[in-house]
Amino acid sequence: MDTVIQSLGLTVAYGSQRAIDNVTVSFPERQITAIIGPSGCGKSTLLRSLCRLVELTDGVEIWGRVIFDSEDIYAPGVDVTDVRKRIGLLAQRPYPLPMSIYENVAYGPRIYGIRQRSALDELVEKELQAAGLWEEVRHRLNEPASALSIGQQQRLCLARGLAVEPEVLLCDEVTSSLDPLSTQRIESRLIELKQQYSIILVTHVLRQARHLADYVVFMYMGELIEHGPSEEFFANPKHEKTRAYLAGEFY
Amino acid sequence: MILHRRLVKDRIAYYLMLAGAGLSIALVPLIALALAGRASTLLDQQSLGKLMFSVTWSPLKGEFGFLPFVVGTFWVTGLAMVIAVPLCMLSAIYIAEYAPNRLRASVKPLIDLLAGIPSVVYGLWGILTIVPFLRDYLIPRLSGLTRIGLLNAENPTGYSVLSGGIVLAVMVFPVIISTLDEVFTAVPHGIREASLALGASRWQTIKGVVLRRASPGIIAAIVFGFSRAIGETMAVMMVVGNVAQIPRSIFDAGYPLPALIANNYGEMMSIPMYDAALMTAALVLLLVVFLFTLGARLILMQAMRSV
Repeated sequence: MDTVIQSLGLTVAYGSQRAIDNVTVSFPERQITAIIGPSGCGKSTLLRSLCRLVELTDGVEIWGRVIFDSEDIYAPGVDVTDVRKRIGLLAQRPYPLPMSIYENVAYGPRIYGIRQRSALDELVEKELQAAGLWEEVRHRLNEPASALSIGQQQRLCLARGLAVEPEVLLCDEVTSSLDPLSTQRIESRLIELKQQYSIILVTHVLRQARHLADYVVFMYMGELIEHGPSEEFFANPKHEKTRAYLAGEFY
Repeated sequence: MILHRRLVKDRIAYYLMLAGAGLSIALVPLIALALAGRASTLLDQQSLGKLMFSVTWSPLKGEFGFLPFVVGTFWVTGLAMVIAVPLCMLSAIYIAEYAPNRLRASVKPLIDLLAGIPSVVYGLWGILTIVPFLRDYLIPRLSGLTRIGLLNAENPTGYSVLSGGIVLAVMVFPVIISTLDEVFTAVPHGIREASLALGASRWQTIKGVVLRRASPGIIAAIVFGFSRAIGETMAVMMVVGNVAQIPRSIFDAGYPLPALIANNYGEMMSIPMYDAALMTAALVLLLVVFLFTLGARLILMQAMRSV
């Protein structure tokens, strides 16, 4: 198993409260890793610290290292925009940018200097197809993105994130605000996308973790409790906290 | 059926509030009617269109051309907005997007404090600093230097539409900045994060996403500042020179409508029609503000739809 990204002794604190404490874990390449655990266990914080978005919060402190492409993304002198381009994040709620459907997908590529209309057209179609939205929006690409349903918006955000060609895709409970059908659509997209991308997924839905994950990371109260390949993890959990969580004793 | 006491109270409360709301809405047409009533003496003789575009202001001869005053008003207000809008944008963007929370919390009350300073104090400040600055530094250095008519420095006194514009700009700073700050703060955080997560820089995010999302609010803030500025009387009157002419350069003196009314009302009332002329001036001012606000509201609605 090749590692795409690895945290080493990663600690993130908001004020005096440690959201994650000394987490060392490796995420496998081109697989889906699910980070699971009860709410408030630090799984979102862990995810957001992998793409340096956690530092946007006022008063946050970060210790430790995150190794990506054999470099520490927290090392001084690292270009944070480059980190965030290569490690994309799909948020819990879809936030379409205040522009058309087309422009939402083209936003990232434009930032990286793609100006040619034909190249953009091609990219937009390709990514909307990858996100499974093309057929629904191909005739109304110039409508404002806010006119889409929330499930469509989430797939648009997926297309937008893919358009900058990240290597890792972080997904933060991306289906929690969606209806069952939209959830299913996103899930089947993710399974297809793991051919090309390493996907790290935060979820509090065990069904989703079982269904999607190749590898599972279990967090509890900011600490890493257990991690391992999915089958092994679910069939034979080693830690008693994991067993209790999987048995539904706490949520 | 017996009406319960609390239902009666409910009705009374409803009518009281309805009356309150109705009164404040009715106030605008009531004021306009009162002005129009007194202005009619003049308007019966001369059409409003003719008065608006006539240049000569000579009350003794019965000539009441409003053009210099209308133009003067737009000069001063326009200059104020040209100065204030870019500066306010920069400072509001800094406060809302870059400043750490603690700094933001301490700057906001200071800005609100600026809004509370009486107009006459700003006027005095203008006389003490802006007018001498123009008179002693800017005008001597610029006179004869440029052929651009707008910068012609023929009036050496410093009492000019530019002085009025600068003082007015400073006065609308707090209004525009705190409105803009609220507008920017209302942009959801998730939308910034979405842009940053794609690898956009902070400035790219502000330019491409925050400003775009906030554009209706930005227009509203500017209009809000404009309508505050256009009617401002005291401070402008103190530094603008009050000469009934059409200013050709930013260093020329001007005479905005509010200053005309404030300076002359209650004096020289022996001149026939003078009273009616000033009422007409007030009516014109009211109309200009009303039309501008209406236009701005339309732009705002249009902009809201496209976001």
